[in-house]
Amino acid sequence: MKELAAKRMRLPYRLDYDPSKKINVWWMTIASVLFALAICGIFIAANGMNPFPVYKKLLSGAFGSSFGLTETLVKSIPLLLCGLGVSIAYRISVWNIGAEGQFAAGAIAATSVTIYFPDLPIYLSIPLMIVFGIAAGGFWGLLTAIPRTYFQVNELITSLMLNYVALLALNYFVFGPWKDPKGFNFPGTPMFNEAQTLPVLGDTRLHLGLLFAIVVVLLYAFTIRYTRWGYELRLIGANAEAAKNAGIRISRHILIVMVISGGLAGLAGMSEVSGVTHRLMYGISPGYGYTAIIVAWLAKLNPIGLVVSSFLFGGLIVGGYSVQTLGLPSSISNMLQGAILFFLIASDTIGKFRLRRND
Amino acid sequence: MTTSVSVEMSRICKKFGKVMANDQVDFSANAGEIHALLGENGAGKSTMMCMLSGVYRPTSGDIRLFGKSVKIRSPKDAAQLGVGMVFQNFRLVQTLTAAENIVLGEKSSFWRGSKWMRDKQEEIRGISEKFGLPFPVDRPIWQLSVGEQQRIEIVKTLYRGVGLIILDEPTSVLTPGEASQLFDTLVQLKAEGKTIILTTHKLKEVMAVADRISVMRKGRMIHTVDKSATSERELAQIMVGKEMTPPREMAKRQKGKSLLSVQHLDVLAELGRKALDNLSLEVHEGEIVGVAGVAGNGQKELAEVLSGLLPWKRGKIVFNGQEMRTASVRNAIESGISHVPENRMKSGLAGSLGVVDNLLFKSYRTKERSLLGFLRIGSNRRWSQTLVEQFDVKTPDLDTPVQQLSGGNQQKLLFAREIHREPLLMIAVHPTQGLDIGATEGVHRLLTNLRNSGKSVLLISEDLDEVLQLSDRILVIYNGGIIGEMAREEADRERIGEYMAGLRDSGEEAV
Repeated sequence: MKELAAKRMRLPYRLDYDPSKKINVWWMTIASVLFALAICGIFIAANGMNPFPVYKKLLSGAFGSSFGLTETLVKSIPLLLCGLGVSIAYRISVWNIGAEGQFAAGAIAATSVTIYFPDLPIYLSIPLMIVFGIAAGGFWGLLTAIPRTYFQVNELITSLMLNYVALLALNYFVFGPWKDPKGFNFPGTPMFNEAQTLPVLGDTRLHLGLLFAIVVVLLYAFTIRYTRWGYELRLIGANAEAAKNAGIRISRHILIVMVISGGLAGLAGMSEVSGVTHRLMYGISPGYGYTAIIVAWLAKLNPIGLVVSSFLFGGLIVGGYSVQTLGLPSSISNMLQGAILFFLIASDTIGKFRLRRND
Repeated sequence: MTTSVSVEMSRICKKFGKVMANDQVDFSANAGEIHALLGENGAGKSTMMCMLSGVYRPTSGDIRLFGKSVKIRSPKDAAQLGVGMVFQNFRLVQTLTAAENIVLGEKSSFWRGSKWMRDKQEEIRGISEKFGLPFPVDRPIWQLSVGEQQRIEIVKTLYRGVGLIILDEPTSVLTPGEASQLFDTLVQLKAEGKTIILTTHKLKEVMAVADRISVMRKGRMIHTVDKSATSERELAQIMVGKEMTPPREMAKRQKGKSLLSVQHLDVLAELGRKALDNLSLEVHEGEIVGVAGVAGNGQKELAEVLSGLLPWKRGKIVFNGQEMRTASVRNAIESGISHVPENRMKSGLAGSLGVVDNLLFKSYRTKERSLLGFLRIGSNRRWSQTLVEQFDVKTPDLDTPVQQLSGGNQQKLLFAREIHREPLLMIAVHPTQGLDIGATEGVHRLLTNLRNSGKSVLLISEDLDEVLQLSDRILVIYNGGIIGEMAREEADRERIGEYMAGLRDSGEEAV
């Protein structure tokens, strides 16, 4: 006890937890990114490289050329769509981490159109693929929402586990019944024909999916701010208890929101197969659905923030490929992503501490 | 009887912001006694105990423990000084076993089944058997009942060898059987020379188990007596106070027709307990009906069932000539029932949203506020502006998150929202809790204006002064039923106090 008292005397300051303290969100976000860069820099240095040229290469690879920029945009399309999907769920505190599986479900369903209706004209096949993609993603979301609403099953667990189900189903199709007979055993479906692929801009890989993403962002921003339903979501997110007092049925909202959330990830899956890979294949997503969680968190669910952060993370993926030329693994970008999320989440708690003088 | 003083708190003051939670309070307890600290909710008894257990620090005043002057900076300090507290919400790790919870913090790591752990389990089992506090030591907390969890908390304090055990409202989570078991244990602990402080607002318990009783009211210590020298009746009087507040001047009104009629209502709570038990009441047009009672006698459930939040098991609710069939908040809102809930920031307002969004709560579905699913943004802002001016809500602008407003302005905002809809009935639960005098006066004026315009108010409050000042008719709720009723003219503190303590039977008063 004496020892304890002595220790206390020596420290002139103490950290007090103050839950009412307001956090400047944007400063915290910037600080989190800087911390993440610093920490990953240590690992890069441990690999025997100077981190600064690596970061420079990462930046120039992603944003330094028109090729890099369009590639970054291509990667940011699924991130933005999935990010929007999870954001709308996070708004009402439904922790959907199943965007990856919903993405896969959408990709599978969209591809099924090309398999079973191969000869449709473009004005039928693309809309049908969109509808199938959204419906399948939405259904995958519903599979999480129903147990959550009626049996209080934690959605974190179900949505995560359903990811594996969807990914394994995808593997089943591309290794099994849908495998391209002329594909030299490559685990993928036959290439889509022209009527099944999204139009692209000039000779870049930038496809119409970008327009989908932009339309959805605008819809999201508008809905949240200007509609009755968006108001209900804001209310539930701000104070679910009070929302109940206002006569809002929360369980119904959870169902609807999860369908939309999954549907957007499904749309992302559709636009990826139809716009980028032009076939369903093994390993179609480098983890878009998971990165989308970080995108949403970094954006604080704000629509403009979502656009910015999905662009940055798209760049991180593309830049990750270009660091490979320096002899580093591209997983450097995964590490950065993880570190950013880590510091972001930590900042929510750490930011609530105050430094106080000991009296 | 020993008379060694184990804890002495003198001239304790505690301020939260501008609110004085404890004002110059003196309190002491002796070794080998069960000392009950009695008072209504918000009387300051929990605050006192939290200072003793290191959760809060007093703004001023001295604490002496076992004869030494001490500063208690943290719960850890308190434990080292021999103070253990059993909180209302237990501090247990759900996935660890009972024994692990008790030894938590003692060793940096241990594994289940190690010799050390088995020895500890034996030791803990020994304590628990000795004091009649049985629980399975090797089961994880989440598998145990609330009663068992409380026993673990008590054993935790005993295991650490504290001399002073504080129990905060210990019986609020227990069944009657468990409660009497707990009292047997407390008596046994007393015999061991422990000091036991028990905060409660239940008079029957106090008389059953305490040796001495201290009564607090509104942050002050009113009285300390030996149990043998007092009675339930006297304690009820002390608890509600003697000073008579003059009722507010109000124009006499003719009794209107019946607006709300509740008949034989049963509402179930957790553990199959009845929160409301055969409750009947009537509210007429143009009157304020005050519901007085000690906290936890069904007030919260009454408000919730009437505002459509809680289903009922049996009975009938007729509002404005129409029978309510199922619990539906939306129906309640649309039929003209307003609800000012108990805790405005918890269930009345959305703190992080702005003024406009908070005003829209109950009217965003109306034609004036939204069209075809779209909010009428411009017109809603103008409408909010008029409400803010009309109800004199002081806010920097219409988008300021309401958590940044003062308590009084938050409450004004809430009332603005509820009153502008011109409800037929307003259910106001503790509407002035935590407000200063000026804001309280403002709320009282709003309620009387509502009544004078022919609307009705059901005022549910633990503040008896408020009930006496405002009500045309006063009902007393006890154990989920209305036990007494009196008109404003015949209201009498003494009688209300007795009703609140459950001393009179409604049979006597039946008309």
